[in-house]
Amino acid sequence: MPRMVLSGNYAQSYAAKLARVHVIAAYPITPQTAIVEKLGEFVASGELSAQFIKVESEHSALQACISAAALGARTYTATSSQGLLLMHELLHWASGARAPVVMGVVNRAVAPPWSIFTDHTDTVAQRDTGWIQFYAESNQEVLDTTLMAFRLAEHPDVLLPAMVTEDAFYLSHTVEPVDVPTQDEVDEFLPRRDVRGLIRPGAGVRLGSFTMPDLYEEFRHKIARAMERSAEVFFEIEDDYHRLTGRHHGGPLPTYRVDDADAVLMTMGTATTTARSVVDALRTRGNRVGLAKLRAFRPFPVKEVRQLAATVDRIGVLDRSFTFGAAGAAFTEVAAALYPETHRPALKNFVAGLGGRDLTPKVLEGMFKALLKGDGPEVDWPDLKRRAEVVRHG
Amino acid sequence: MARLTIPAEEYMRSGHSACPGCAATLVMRYVLKGLGPNAIVTLPACCWTVIGTPFPTTALNVPILDCAFEATGASVSGLRAAADALGLADVIVVGFAGDGGTADIGLQALSGMLERGTDALYVMYDNEAYMNTGVQRSGATPLGAWTTTTPVDATSRGKGEGKKDVMAIVAAHRPAYAATVNVAFPEDFLKRVEKTKTIRGPKFLHAFSPCPPGWRYPPEKTIAIGRLATDTNSFPLYEIEGGKYRITRKLGRARPVAEYLKAQGRFSHLTDAEIAAIQSEVDGRWARLLALETLG
Repeated sequence: MPRMVLSGNYAQSYAAKLARVHVIAAYPITPQTAIVEKLGEFVASGELSAQFIKVESEHSALQACISAAALGARTYTATSSQGLLLMHELLHWASGARAPVVMGVVNRAVAPPWSIFTDHTDTVAQRDTGWIQFYAESNQEVLDTTLMAFRLAEHPDVLLPAMVTEDAFYLSHTVEPVDVPTQDEVDEFLPRRDVRGLIRPGAGVRLGSFTMPDLYEEFRHKIARAMERSAEVFFEIEDDYHRLTGRHHGGPLPTYRVDDADAVLMTMGTATTTARSVVDALRTRGNRVGLAKLRAFRPFPVKEVRQLAATVDRIGVLDRSFTFGAAGAAFTEVAAALYPETHRPALKNFVAGLGGRDLTPKVLEGMFKALLKGDGPEVDWPDLKRRAEVVRHG
Repeated sequence: MARLTIPAEEYMRSGHSACPGCAATLVMRYVLKGLGPNAIVTLPACCWTVIGTPFPTTALNVPILDCAFEATGASVSGLRAAADALGLADVIVVGFAGDGGTADIGLQALSGMLERGTDALYVMYDNEAYMNTGVQRSGATPLGAWTTTTPVDATSRGKGEGKKDVMAIVAAHRPAYAATVNVAFPEDFLKRVEKTKTIRGPKFLHAFSPCPPGWRYPPEKTIAIGRLATDTNSFPLYEIEGGKYRITRKLGRARPVAEYLKAQGRFSHLTDAEIAAIQSEVDGRWARLLALETLG
């Protein structure tokens, strides 16, 4: 298995190439561009035999993928921020049409004000669209999870679209050593798509019909069941991937030093790496703290969150986005998951790292300390500038 | 024995849910007769979403893939790419959209498909308003027409703006082929459809599609009104192949536009002066078309 030095964006490109996608449709947006540029090179050089449709918008990118998938093609697209928001209608369409499209999303803040830097508002806002969502911490995880996403999306019990996200610049434009599986290994892990049951030339079939109230609800329920089932299937797929590559990323909610922890912080994406070093530093000073990485946001790992909460008294949830008028979305989901439990830990929500602001060890240490002390508001924005600093910037 | 000029094969079933006299059913029927069994139809929101009948039935013997309202052109490109990637070379991809889904909300995706050179046929069936939602004006609604959003009242005389020239927009993309067709002239219609099968690249058909409830005329008059549209030069039949214009039905002398307008309730409020203004506009467009044809 060759080791390469890859950016998160190139990790996406290599995964799509190894998956032998049939159709790529994409529209450029910073910081996603390198993903599709590299795929364009693969296609131009003949290394990847695929149709690359250079569409005139993200909306069309996803429609092209959905239609191609309906005919049996393995499809891939990638976007960020405004591009993902423009796709919103088609995100619903993809799950409704049971099109197993795989999409790389480089998490980028949304405008206005303009920002090209990371936060999770773009993908968190798509949580109700019927897409499986994975948040990656490293470029290795980007590549591995994207390959797993193809197999999961296309699994006959699932048939749902899946997105694999990576934080803008922290992963998209940062290079790391990445172990890249060989084509033979990927071919074994991810065979050609099973296209039974989709539209076929010459057949009087229709996909997406007008549906009356006597059946529409049943279609929705099928998606709900498929999403639930995807959580189980993912474990099988990750085990298979582990057998093949020796790598396992720990399921939907991997934990770190939580066994005897007084307080646990839950993170998504690259903040996890910094938080892990903060846990180690605090542990050396005698603070019993731990970490849980929310790797899958859809389906939400309710069972794993409950298992974690059974042994912990304080949980902090770090949201790199905010649901105005409520709280951070991950926090709300964790709280909802724990409501029926007899042991309910104290919960705090930290909203930080928006628009690319660094989540420094100092800021994260403050979160752990607030958790251990149990003070401060339930929903806290701990890294806001003080008035004097804002004035100085102006 | 008379030569059969319309293929006998049917790809549209008798069970469908169109209004009586609906020309959009004939547009689909003739398009599929011309294309044959390898067609795959992708449909956005339009009358045909409903005409095609609800789940689990379908009115066609070829596949239908529903797509988003504004995305027919993209759906067409996706299907073509998949067919090519999967070795389904014989598949004929057909985008089949109304005038709103083409001239208004779907214009960007159509432009993308034409510019990308997708090898497929895009059919705009033009009933000159948002008919599926109950007769609201579209960019393709003609000057003076009553619709529910361009009423006739103290301060309103129907649509105050002219019809968007979709063929000119399509022509500006230099497609492989574009033509206007009219269900009232089925032999000509079929010739145009069959021609699209011999040409690679993006093809576009602008199909005239009279609508009894939306245009306010009795259902049995659909073909007569279709004939009047062309015979008055309101909807001339022509093709553009490799950039060259050719008028495919040329009359010695066109009939007055008033005959076409007065046959429809949507124009019943028009005064002689307003009809004269429309006549003048039709004459101008016809003269321009003749000039384009002479460019060769």
